[in-house]
Amino acid sequence: MSIIIDRVNYIYSKDTAYEINALKDINLVIPDGQFIGLIGHTGSGKSTLVQHLNGLLKATSGKIYMNGEDIYDPSYSMKRLRSKVGLVFQYPEHQLFEVDVFKDVCYGPLNLGASEKEAQLRAFEALKRVGLNEEYYYQSPFELSGGQKRRAAIAGVLAMKPEVLILDEPTAGLDPQGRDEILEQIRKLHEENHMTIILVSHSMEDIAKYVERIIVMNQGEVLFDNAPKEVFRHYKELEKVGLAAPQVTYIMNRLLKKGLPVNPSVTTVEEAKTEILKALR
Amino acid sequence: MSFLRSSKLVYEYIRRDEEGNVENIIKALDEIDLDVKAGDFIAILGHNGSGKSTLAKHLNAILTPTEGTLWVDGMDTKDDSRVWDIRQRTGMVFQNPDNQIIGTVVEEDVGFGPENLGIPTDEIWERVEESLRAVGMLQYRNHSPNKLSGGQKQRVAIAGVVAMHPKCIVLDEPTAMLDPNGRKEVIRTIRALNEVEDVTAILITHYMEEVIYADKVIVMDRGKIAMQGTPREIFSRVEELKELRLDVPQATLLAYELKKEGIPLEDGILTIDELVEQICQL
Repeated sequence: MSIIIDRVNYIYSKDTAYEINALKDINLVIPDGQFIGLIGHTGSGKSTLVQHLNGLLKATSGKIYMNGEDIYDPSYSMKRLRSKVGLVFQYPEHQLFEVDVFKDVCYGPLNLGASEKEAQLRAFEALKRVGLNEEYYYQSPFELSGGQKRRAAIAGVLAMKPEVLILDEPTAGLDPQGRDEILEQIRKLHEENHMTIILVSHSMEDIAKYVERIIVMNQGEVLFDNAPKEVFRHYKELEKVGLAAPQVTYIMNRLLKKGLPVNPSVTTVEEAKTEILKALR
Repeated sequence: MSFLRSSKLVYEYIRRDEEGNVENIIKALDEIDLDVKAGDFIAILGHNGSGKSTLAKHLNAILTPTEGTLWVDGMDTKDDSRVWDIRQRTGMVFQNPDNQIIGTVVEEDVGFGPENLGIPTDEIWERVEESLRAVGMLQYRNHSPNKLSGGQKQRVAIAGVVAMHPKCIVLDEPTAMLDPNGRKEVIRTIRALNEVEDVTAILITHYMEEVIYADKVIVMDRGKIAMQGTPREIFSRVEELKELRLDVPQATLLAYELKKEGIPLEDGILTIDELVEQICQL
């Protein structure tokens, strides 16, 4: 599903003393099947932006098109939009509530009007796709570990068969291996099902490792929109807006300054290793 | 002098069915022997479910040992009559600053703790001022907490603990919800409290870069202490850490990978500076 965001503005508490212009003239084109990283400091407008994409917030002005259809057209079904654009909030496990994992995952499709059988089939498929072991399906979601709970919660969104999956800090609070496992599952969803993925994260290392395009938000505007290597080249500007580049990017820039002939626009440990070995040998 | 000491500390979560019969027992802490000196900066690492938070909750008597003993500043945490003394010595800071801030104005929030201790008003104001200064938030004293960034909120939460004049602060993943700048602010604040004010700091985190400043790192696994040592000692053991579902800072990982390719670097490189310097000396 392709998304066009056309001159979108959003103002919180309009016409009051607390008026905040949270999104200012945002223009973005998101083609079908991209893996996008969305970064920005707290309060930069990231969450406000993603909430527009499934209709939780309505733009103060501007238009959003999904597959060419204007979502603000009165005949456009918001219910359909929400089944197409799945939003996984921060700490999604706080939204688990059913008596067992399987029922929890069925809840979404049942609400979209799927039959009991259809919902169960979808739940089964979704749980398979997040890699949650079958032994947990009929356990209370509250008895799972942090990483497992998060998988169950993501499955709940996948069971609605979205074409776009937006994840807001899906790895916050997980241990490093839990983090890698969740991100690998997301990568698989992108590769095997050609889903459009928008990953909101504060971990520059994770963003660098997985996404093909980074959108940087600052004060309600898009500051950078480019491939990771290009964006992290501007690490000094990123620092000014409360962000950073992956540690390896800093290492490479420092090495270059000290006279080692390396390419500084490197964003992963693997690339850095190759570059340094090339320069040393 | 030890500030925190435990001997064979065991904690069991006991689950009961509706009739009150024991369904199962989970040993969250398994014979932990801990010895933390006053003024130390200790980092605790471990995967989700390894027992870190359970241990943290023992340090100010939110939980008390099922078996074994824990002494906080010489007081046994199982002694009910000392609970309030213990909680004054050891303050806790949790992951989500929004759950810890209750005041509508920053200085009110920070004053809430000392007010509850029954401290005279003049002294409360003194404490509020000095704690906000210690975390670098004095200029925000009249602001509303909900207009602050995540890192600033978390520093206000830390100031609220500092105002109680604790000897020790336990921080349970204080940076998990923050952006890179917020993380830096909070870590800098913890280091300043530890180095300047000599507050004992216990930091639980999943960010490996944050523990390189600690005096000692404790790695937990299945309720036991799996490894302990200086950051350099711990991060020299890359393979073992990976087996424990953990990680090392990118600079350490890169050094480790280069070493595997035959580049002669030292073990346990922790910072960008160290790595750059060593590579340039080759």
